[in-house]
Amino acid sequence: MRRYFDWEGWSFTAVFALLSLITILVLIGPTIVIMMLSFTGEETLHFPPTHYSLRWYRALLDANELQDAFIISIKVAAITVVASVVLGVSAAMTIARSKSPWMRGLETLFMSPLILPALAFGFAALMMFSLLGFRPSTFTLSIGHIVVCVPFVLRTTLASLAQLDPALLDCSVSLGASDLYTFRRITLPLIGRGVASGGFIAFMSSFDNVPVSLFLQDARTQVLPIYLWDIIQNQLDSRAASACGVIIIATIVLMVLMERFAGFSRFMK
Amino acid sequence: MAAAATEKSREWQLALPLTAFFALFFVAPLLLVIGISFQATRRMTGGLGLNQYAAFLGDSLNVEVLTDTLLLGVKATLLCLIFGYPLAWLFTRVSAKLQSLLIFLVILPIVTSVVVRTFAWIVILGRHGMVNDTIVALGLSAQPLHLLFSEAGVVIVLTQVQMPLMVLPLITVLQRIDPNLASASSALGAGAWRTFFKITLPLSMPGIIAGTILTYTACVTAFVTQSLIGGSRLLYMPMMIFQQAMDLQNWPFAAAVSVIFMISVLLIVALLVALSRGRAARLYG
Repeated sequence: MRRYFDWEGWSFTAVFALLSLITILVLIGPTIVIMMLSFTGEETLHFPPTHYSLRWYRALLDANELQDAFIISIKVAAITVVASVVLGVSAAMTIARSKSPWMRGLETLFMSPLILPALAFGFAALMMFSLLGFRPSTFTLSIGHIVVCVPFVLRTTLASLAQLDPALLDCSVSLGASDLYTFRRITLPLIGRGVASGGFIAFMSSFDNVPVSLFLQDARTQVLPIYLWDIIQNQLDSRAASACGVIIIATIVLMVLMERFAGFSRFMK
Repeated sequence: MAAAATEKSREWQLALPLTAFFALFFVAPLLLVIGISFQATRRMTGGLGLNQYAAFLGDSLNVEVLTDTLLLGVKATLLCLIFGYPLAWLFTRVSAKLQSLLIFLVILPIVTSVVVRTFAWIVILGRHGMVNDTIVALGLSAQPLHLLFSEAGVVIVLTQVQMPLMVLPLITVLQRIDPNLASASSALGAGAWRTFFKITLPLSMPGIIAGTILTYTACVTAFVTQSLIGGSRLLYMPMMIFQQAMDLQNWPFAAAVSVIFMISVLLIVALLVALSRGRAARLYG
């Protein structure tokens, strides 16, 4: 056979490599821009900064409103994670075992907040709460967040339950262990990584939520992403950059920890 | 027998808390939105009718907002597919070490706040931002371009912000494709492009559909990106619901807009699901 240059193979690889290179650059670019910007020494936000300093990070220490919003966001995210894990894991135990079409329907219902416009749900929840006479508070915020965050916990927990050999549970029960003991000693250690990964995604997603919070917060319970959204839209305060810098650093640290202890990236695919 | 029956009921009990929670705080509010959307007047005095729907569909400006929003999703999703697919393909071709780096780069944006990611783009796309400085410096344009507050800007930013939702399902499905199929194809004389379009692409259809559903629904409802990059001149459905509900306090109209929006999105998702079922039937039937 005559050897010849494989133009087709070469052009295919070139096009695909070039496109994925662009995608990678575009994916990480904004994070790098924000990190550099957050260390600017200038008065206004201009990229690239002419000189660098920690002044806008120091300015965060006196930003009381921003700190209040941060605390509210953390509080709501913590409540959301605990509730989503308790509700999601127990429901997943049933859904994973059952083959009834009713359960499939229920699973679809629980996953539907991922698909449905979150803003429409936020508005719906606002009407519901005002009908019931609840005023906006961390309580209403948390309820709304739980609805949109449960799907994450449910999905990762179901994925790890699917890997779990049911024979292990039968062994445990036939050796005389109670259901609760079996759950604590057999099931939970084996699905723990999935649960932790789902809880982590739920936490980040609650911490980041704007569309639902818009309707369920009031002036006293403003959450961090909405506070940032507001200052970015209206005055482009330089503290927005350093606040974003803190969020990015915290996110990366948490992600690395979650990857190490829960193999979290496996559950994202 | 009795033991099995109690076991069954006990299993059901575990799903009860979440079912009750969803009934009360998800299904009930949605039913309430549907109910209120049929209120004839803004004051919600009790008269029922299709007035709100007629008001929305009767005004061509409103219908335009709906089609703009749905098309915005199509454009951003297509871009995600065109740029995301090669990245997913690259992922299956590199070493395990590079794979874990790539997956980190893909996941980081999903976990990072949307507000943070969108904020970066304001700096990049602004009148005196990076892109415009480069364009002017290279002499490609004498004037800075209006990238911010333009639809092109919103599409670009949405593509970046929602890209991981497309790439992750694609990676999953591409990893499952037997590499022998591509080898067989090239051994039989097909070139790389032909192998891709005849073998890899059709087999990755489930991932494309799954990614498209996730990306599309995220793009059309991306309130933060739409409002920050689009500014006040570009109006999309989420902002319209927000303005009607909060600024104008017109709940029945906001409810009707919400219902129309949700039904449109669900119809598109149903269409995509039907499409994937049809394909699966033809491929494996």
